[in-house]
Amino acid sequence: MASKALPMFPQAAKTALSNSQLRRNLGKATTTIRAKRAAVVSELPDWEALRSAGSSIKARTMRHLDEYLLQLETAVQHAGGQVHWARDAAEANRIITELVQATGADQVVKVKSLTTDEIHLNKALAAAGIRAIETDLAELIIQLAGETSSHILVPAIHKNRSEIRDLFRHTIARGQDLTDDPQQLAAAARRYLREQFLSAQVAVSGANFAIAETGTICVAESEGNGRMCLTLPRTLITVMGIEKVLPTFQDLAIFLQLLPRSSTGERMNPYTSLWTGVTQGDGPQTFHLVLLDNGRTNVLADDVGRQTLHCIRCSACLNICPVYSRTGGHAYGSVYPGPIGAILTPQLVGVKQAKSLPYASTLCGACYEVCPVKINIPEVLLHLRGKVTRLASPLDPEALAMRELARIFASPKRYEQAQQLARSGQRLFIHGGVIDHLPGMLAGWSTARDLAPIPRQSFRDWWRERQRGDQI
Amino acid sequence: MKKSAKDVMLARIRAATANAPEPPPVPYDFRERDERDRAAILEDFIERLVDYKAIVTRTEDASLPQAVMDACQQQGIIQLVVPADLPSRWIPSGIKVLRDDPPLTIAQLDESSGVLTGCAIAIAQTGTIILDGGATQGRRALSLIPDRHLCVVRAEQVVGLVPEAIARLVERATHPITLISGPSATSDIELSRVEGVHGPRTLYVFVVSDR
Repeated sequence: MASKALPMFPQAAKTALSNSQLRRNLGKATTTIRAKRAAVVSELPDWEALRSAGSSIKARTMRHLDEYLLQLETAVQHAGGQVHWARDAAEANRIITELVQATGADQVVKVKSLTTDEIHLNKALAAAGIRAIETDLAELIIQLAGETSSHILVPAIHKNRSEIRDLFRHTIARGQDLTDDPQQLAAAARRYLREQFLSAQVAVSGANFAIAETGTICVAESEGNGRMCLTLPRTLITVMGIEKVLPTFQDLAIFLQLLPRSSTGERMNPYTSLWTGVTQGDGPQTFHLVLLDNGRTNVLADDVGRQTLHCIRCSACLNICPVYSRTGGHAYGSVYPGPIGAILTPQLVGVKQAKSLPYASTLCGACYEVCPVKINIPEVLLHLRGKVTRLASPLDPEALAMRELARIFASPKRYEQAQQLARSGQRLFIHGGVIDHLPGMLAGWSTARDLAPIPRQSFRDWWRERQRGDQI
Repeated sequence: MKKSAKDVMLARIRAATANAPEPPPVPYDFRERDERDRAAILEDFIERLVDYKAIVTRTEDASLPQAVMDACQQQGIIQLVVPADLPSRWIPSGIKVLRDDPPLTIAQLDESSGVLTGCAIAIAQTGTIILDGGATQGRRALSLIPDRHLCVVRAEQVVGLVPEAIARLVERATHPITLISGPSATSDIELSRVEGVHGPRTLYVFVVSDR
């Protein structure tokens, strides 16, 4: 588990907001994908029924997760695969590194996987002298640029085509005459990666779903890089969070409808691969499945937070979020950005390490409405805010102020005295009929909001006067 | 004795869920079948294939080889990779054939410009073709490495909805399965769609019905 505190969201967001290219690219990406999603979702008259079924299957799976994982393990082993259990990132990285070393290979091809980003696998492999080659186009771009992802689905959305052309000219397409036409750029990546695919000995992938009943693993993708990695190398190592398991093969009937429509806004993504252990004469002949905890069992133990584990990483909540669609992913300081990241990251790394993330939301609830598995993100955000507040020291100025306020609100007399005091004290701060900045520690609150001044007469004052018969 | 990672993780899960309530049963209220007539379903299938930039030809059993020949000429395919068990009556006589028997090398597949396979099932709702490694389909590398994938879909293999296809696949669940919806694609650069990245850049579909 990461023990270092993440950067505070408001500061990180400020940097992101001042980057006009990022804002333009993000605005275009989120609105485009959002519209595509809305169009394909509206094609399905039973969308809400699918969401309910998906949510319900996930809830039942989490309740009996131990049984499903054991069933999955048995099924994978039965089909000729090997299963490894990893309590945390370090253990997963050690297992994978040793598995690669055992093959004698010094490089691996990788299918895009958030889970391997989460555990910083590439860094761990590099430390052991193993080169990890990202094969998803966007992942390749950010790997070559030495950057991190800004969007779950389209990680390089912060970069423009001309930047990508310049990057390729310095790296994978030296000496090639390259324009900034996306077609040409994709072709350059194809040429470079094809050599890697055709000669690769080991591939590392994540998993979208794993079927307990059959031991079948599912990876959904678009470019065909996934199929290349899952088919051509001799050894395949798949890392999956323990929450990715589904009870039965038939459950795919629901999730293969929910995922592509929510994610890329397509009826179906171009390629979905399903495989079970090893098949003689077809594909990798050695298969390893690494089951990763890395904080997930902490999430599972929380009655409200548990639903976070239902997430199928579609990114619909990112695209709809008024905060994410302006700040982008980097501001969240984690591989999981957006509304889902704001609830998943603090639970995975500890609320203390990511205490600004539950506040990176307006609580508008749009994320809940689009979530294909009905994760009530606003509910979990509020729950986590409560945890953050309870973490604060009793001497924390905000906690002190809140306690004092509670004392004032508890007594009508004290309340009216405070009102009286504020009425005379506020004069200095009223501009144009509103209080637009507060002094000292209260300034943070008023930088984003105006406050109505306390009126000269309160309702209770007026009522008292009326009873005395002063006014009509 | 030190506890294994597996024991620790299972113990954590059991402790985490011990007091969790039993969730309500799963509501299976979504559509499991497309009840419309075959013609409408087939029409949807073709429309959605075209929508995802696949090339579609409707043909009959007897004229399939000619349709394959036309496609090869149009696509400039001079040598066609075929699975070991692909029926000879599908293959036009004027084309050089590379049968995957004995298994072709990756280099041979990389050098060939097209592959002809059948499929297991197809889904109209999503324009999806499913290969499960069964008859006429061969191993996965065949339909992956050559740049053009020519695929024969028999009308009776087309089902309406995703759940119908999954129900039919259950028996073949543990075979390598690939769902293909259009040619490979990426939208990673400024979200502009490029068709054809690593998988076949052209998907050519023959919809065969007995008329």
